[in-house]
Amino acid sequence: MIELLKMYGEPFFYSDGQQITGLAMTLWLLSASLFVGFIVSIPLSIARVSSRCLVRWPVQFYTYLFRGTPLYIQLLICYTGIYSLAAVRAQPLLDAFFRDAMNCTILAFALNTCAYTTEIFAGAIRSMAHGEVEAAKAYGLSGWKLYAFVIMPSALRRSLPYYSNEVILMLHSTTVAFTATVPDILKVARDANSATFLTFQSFGIAALIYLAVTFALVGLFRLAERRWLAFLGPAH
Amino acid sequence: MIDTLSNALELAGFSLKGFGPLLLNGAWMTVKLSVASLLLSVLLGLAGASAKLSGKHWLRMPAQLYTTLIRGVPDLVLMLLIFYSLQTWLTMITIALGWDYIEINPFAAGILTLGFIYGAYFTETFRGAMLAVPRGQLEAATAYGLSRAQRFRLVVFPQMMRFALPGLGNNWMVILKATALVSIIGLADLVKAAQDAGKSTYQLFFFLVLAALAYLVITSASNVALRHLERRYATGCREAVR
Repeated sequence: MIELLKMYGEPFFYSDGQQITGLAMTLWLLSASLFVGFIVSIPLSIARVSSRCLVRWPVQFYTYLFRGTPLYIQLLICYTGIYSLAAVRAQPLLDAFFRDAMNCTILAFALNTCAYTTEIFAGAIRSMAHGEVEAAKAYGLSGWKLYAFVIMPSALRRSLPYYSNEVILMLHSTTVAFTATVPDILKVARDANSATFLTFQSFGIAALIYLAVTFALVGLFRLAERRWLAFLGPAH
Repeated sequence: MIDTLSNALELAGFSLKGFGPLLLNGAWMTVKLSVASLLLSVLLGLAGASAKLSGKHWLRMPAQLYTTLIRGVPDLVLMLLIFYSLQTWLTMITIALGWDYIEINPFAAGILTLGFIYGAYFTETFRGAMLAVPRGQLEAATAYGLSRAQRFRLVVFPQMMRFALPGLGNNWMVILKATALVSIIGLADLVKAAQDAGKSTYQLFFFLVLAALAYLVITSASNVALRHLERRYATGCREAVR
């Protein structure tokens, strides 16, 4: 295991000399897709709880589609499926976008995590305390101000525990990226395995790195919860 | 049955270009694999939860280690790790014992791997659910003179299921979606069939979307079944809302 780490230590953590690989790549995939997913899911979650069917249904349909199918298939459709369409290759802009494995992977991951995050936030908005909204209205807040200053800050805080789950699941999901030739931790482990035949050690190192990242994320979210969810704790 | 189904699909206007049987076989493989892994992981989960809740230290520690390690590592990494190592370990054992080479059936190895991984998730689900059964119920069962096995089967299990069902349903969906990954370790499931059919007809997009729709059908059907089960196990409980 030590020898394997000596040989593949650098690719496992940050670079194989030509490009970013391993842990750095996994973290980049994770943060890029989470960032896009988070930004898009905020308006979508507000639409998801709208009382107007025409606003609510498209979002509901989107989350149903992306939560009901495996991420692996979504990635395959984005990466190989879409590019196999002649109409896409004929468009220079689309052609350039879908030819790049990285773009397809982040697109698939962002769409997937956005669907789950939308449902998490929508659930939190739905469980807003009535009094809170009424008080805000009594103070003269309405429309976007009501959402920006009262509903969203409260909903985002209360969804923190569920969101942390989603972040961990997303970290675990980034492992399928290697099927689109993105050099993440698992890709390096597979390369190490096929070069040395040290199966258990190669995948074992990958497993340990993922375990460490998972624990770090759990710790970070625990800190965040202590900071932002202090008002939900026991009174003292 | 698969032939009649694919004929029916062709008649209904779906042109599968002769790949109907392949796709249906793949779908059947996916369902078999998920159901078998579900059963194994539920059994492991029940055992793990009992171990975690038992008073004995030497039972609690391994169960704790199992759930922490397995749930902290991505399922795909574990799948590759266990799936490829299983054969190596088995060969080591057979050599040590002087037996002939035994090749593991990939289907069985897939079930073992998936079952072992999701057993950890079920352990946590069942642990929470067992804790949710009021203590008085257990004490009453003991007072009636029920044995340990009877106490579990007649009192704890039926009440626990109500609390466990939402988590169980969630885990089932996760297992079902995780089986899409077994094509990576070489099993001929729905995804593999769709990829093969797509590559040979140059209609990858069509076949992949078809596979996605098949998953959607299975998840939607399981949602309906779960809602039915939830209602069944909620008998005797009033819900405050709804």
